[in-house]
Amino acid sequence: MTVPTAATAPTAAGCAAPDQAAPLPASLDLEKETVITGLVKAESGEVVPGAYVRLLDSTGEFTAEVVTSPAGQFRFFAAPGNWTLRALSRHGNGDTAVAAARGINEATVTVAA
Amino acid sequence: MSRDTALVSAEWAEKNIDAPGVVFVEVDEDTSAYDTGHIAGAIKLDWRTDLQDPVRRDFVNKAQFEALLSERGIANDDAVILYGGNNNWFAAYAYWYFKLYGHRDVKLLDGGRKKWELDARPLVTDRVERPKTQYVASEPDTSIRAFRDEVVDAIGTKNLVDVRSPDEYAGRLLAPAHLPQEQAQRAGHVPTAISVPWSKAANEDGTFKSDDELRRIYADAGLDDSRETIAYCRIGERSSHTWFVLQELLGHRSVKNYDGSWTEYGSLVGVPVALGDEPGEA
Repeated sequence: MTVPTAATAPTAAGCAAPDQAAPLPASLDLEKETVITGLVKAESGEVVPGAYVRLLDSTGEFTAEVVTSPAGQFRFFAAPGNWTLRALSRHGNGDTAVAAARGINEATVTVAA
Repeated sequence: MSRDTALVSAEWAEKNIDAPGVVFVEVDEDTSAYDTGHIAGAIKLDWRTDLQDPVRRDFVNKAQFEALLSERGIANDDAVILYGGNNNWFAAYAYWYFKLYGHRDVKLLDGGRKKWELDARPLVTDRVERPKTQYVASEPDTSIRAFRDEVVDAIGTKNLVDVRSPDEYAGRLLAPAHLPQEQAQRAGHVPTAISVPWSKAANEDGTFKSDDELRRIYADAGLDDSRETIAYCRIGERSSHTWFVLQELLGHRSVKNYDGSWTEYGSLVGVPVALGDEPGEA
């Protein structure tokens, strides 16, 4: 199964986080990938761009970090299991637990001072 | 080396933005962040297009580095303050690189771009032009760069520090979790390498932990500071972060960064690979 969107493939050569608003690459195999994606929101419900979202593993160890897009989006390519999303922003911080399975897993992280 | 000679705080940086002889340099793989706002007066270096050879897998040679710094307006006696996104990974890589080519005064901005943004310090979009210089680099100092044969020889004899995430170390992931996982090479780690994720050395705002905390982290992980050390990750930038901690903050001697890292080692034919959470046998 692939996602029918334009290919803006993040490069395999580098380690920097790709544009969080870019569509999923067409070559992405969602039967193999575990995508954790969603929005960072303030308590008011407004999306928070430029927030730092950290993916922590089941022991609380840091695994990856991305910066949210202008629309507040983030995306990780993880593995099935239990993860914690932790967002840091000028508006405050917040955590959300995710039990991820293969395919797309959606989550919202609300930040508060 | 120590914190005083290798690191500046965001407070110091903001006060010294216009100081003569101080050049701020933002280093990222994706320089779109710089274009949306950067520290006033900062120039940018693109990790991929400026610091990597466009054809071979290697970084730019001495002549290319001289041409780059001359063109960007960095002089041999400038104090270079490096910062960037991704918790300073690429800035730490550039720091290692400036050291490799013998730049005398180079420091990292503690916390990098993240701390600066979370503190709501000012960023500007002005175009920055600096007058050209005649930069002269030293011959590369390979005492801080490890190549693959040294890594194979270090199995069971030197400290090998794998700074990737625990899941990459164990072979459960092949890349950091913000990237798709399809890769050509084998998963796992160099046998006998200890796992000390780079992130253990940083607070969540991207600043480095205190020297006492850092010493405890590597001691608890079993790093023998009487032996030489080679740090590696996937492509060599996260391990630059750890190289910086061990050699530049804690003052360990004989620490090398293996910039070939797992994308090279994990593709080699015939070398040993360990899977799982334990270092494995030599």
